Amino acid sequence: MSAKGKKSVGILYDRIRWEEKEISRQFEMRGIAPVMIDAKTLILTLDESRYTSLPETVLERCVSYYRGVNVASVFESHGVEVVNSSRVLGICGNKLETSQLLAKSGVPTPKTVVAFSAESAMQAIEAIGFPCVMKPIVGSWGRQVVPVRDRETAEAFIEMRDQSGDSMQSIYYIQEMIKRPPRDIRCIAVGSEVVASVYRYSPTDAWKTNVALGGRTEPCKLTPELEDILLKTIKVVGEGVLGIDVMERSANSNDYVVHEVNGTVEFKGAQGATERSIAGRIAEYLLDTERERIPRIRSNNLP
Amino acid sequence: MKILDDAVVGEIVSCPDCGADYEIASLDNGTVTVKVAESVKEDWGE
Repeated sequence: MSAKGKKSVGILYDRIRWEEKEISRQFEMRGIAPVMIDAKTLILTLDESRYTSLPETVLERCVSYYRGVNVASVFESHGVEVVNSSRVLGICGNKLETSQLLAKSGVPTPKTVVAFSAESAMQAIEAIGFPCVMKPIVGSWGRQVVPVRDRETAEAFIEMRDQSGDSMQSIYYIQEMIKRPPRDIRCIAVGSEVVASVYRYSPTDAWKTNVALGGRTEPCKLTPELEDILLKTIKVVGEGVLGIDVMERSANSNDYVVHEVNGTVEFKGAQGATERSIAGRIAEYLLDTERERIPRIRSNNLP
Repeated sequence: MKILDDAVVGEIVSCPDCGADYEIASLDNGTVTVKVAESVKEDWGE
């Protein structure tokens, strides 16, 4: 606690977007000036005595996944509560790890195979069947997420990735293509509560629904079936501030699959279709002195 | 470049002529200092 009995909080960032400004504003509305921590300027040693001035709780908001998860890990080792924790960030930042946990825990998720060479990638694609989707295991905003509709396309993408020289590109993460309506559902969870759910519609003639790519949002009713799958996902991944992406196997069917969980969620688009302040709820969650502290379980698979 | 009144350090502004992105480095009594923003990396996102 700070001298005035209020929790000290910080926002870890590497670039300020609408979300970071809005969360900061919500803290200020509650009488707290968050410490803004630019991750790009940090020089961290392992000498704990140097970090006595860090806030008690830090909200991790880095655009760079590797930067965010590694700073979170160091902060945690010095006793700072980081939301999301490095463990949660590690799970969300690696699609393969997310898929494994969801599948093992019985949360409906697209059928996924993974291969580790160009030769086995084609066999993996054939095992899933056409059409399918190829994704990088790290990355976001829909980048390098490609629909693979036939063998020729598959060969072209595999060759391109094989020749990139990037070892991460040699991990071929392939999913069944869900024949969904032209939308998916972005849900925002704070703690153990779902605070927003919105449809994200693909831009005209586009396949991806990412708001970063021009998708639009509309309110989505939180049905009991949707809420149930989201609460199971939170339990599997761990509490914090999550962006859970869900697809419907057909429109209004209540037959859902979770295909992605984002650990540093952008919510400007979702806020446009939601009455309640998402940033306000995040600020309340961090300031809540009654809630159980996020366990400081360090990720054992940091990149 | 146009800097909005509620701009803060760390925010990205774009040059309307060349399209380059700049990060606001400091805001001191109406004087704004910018630096070239980092370019998008493979691990960037949500």
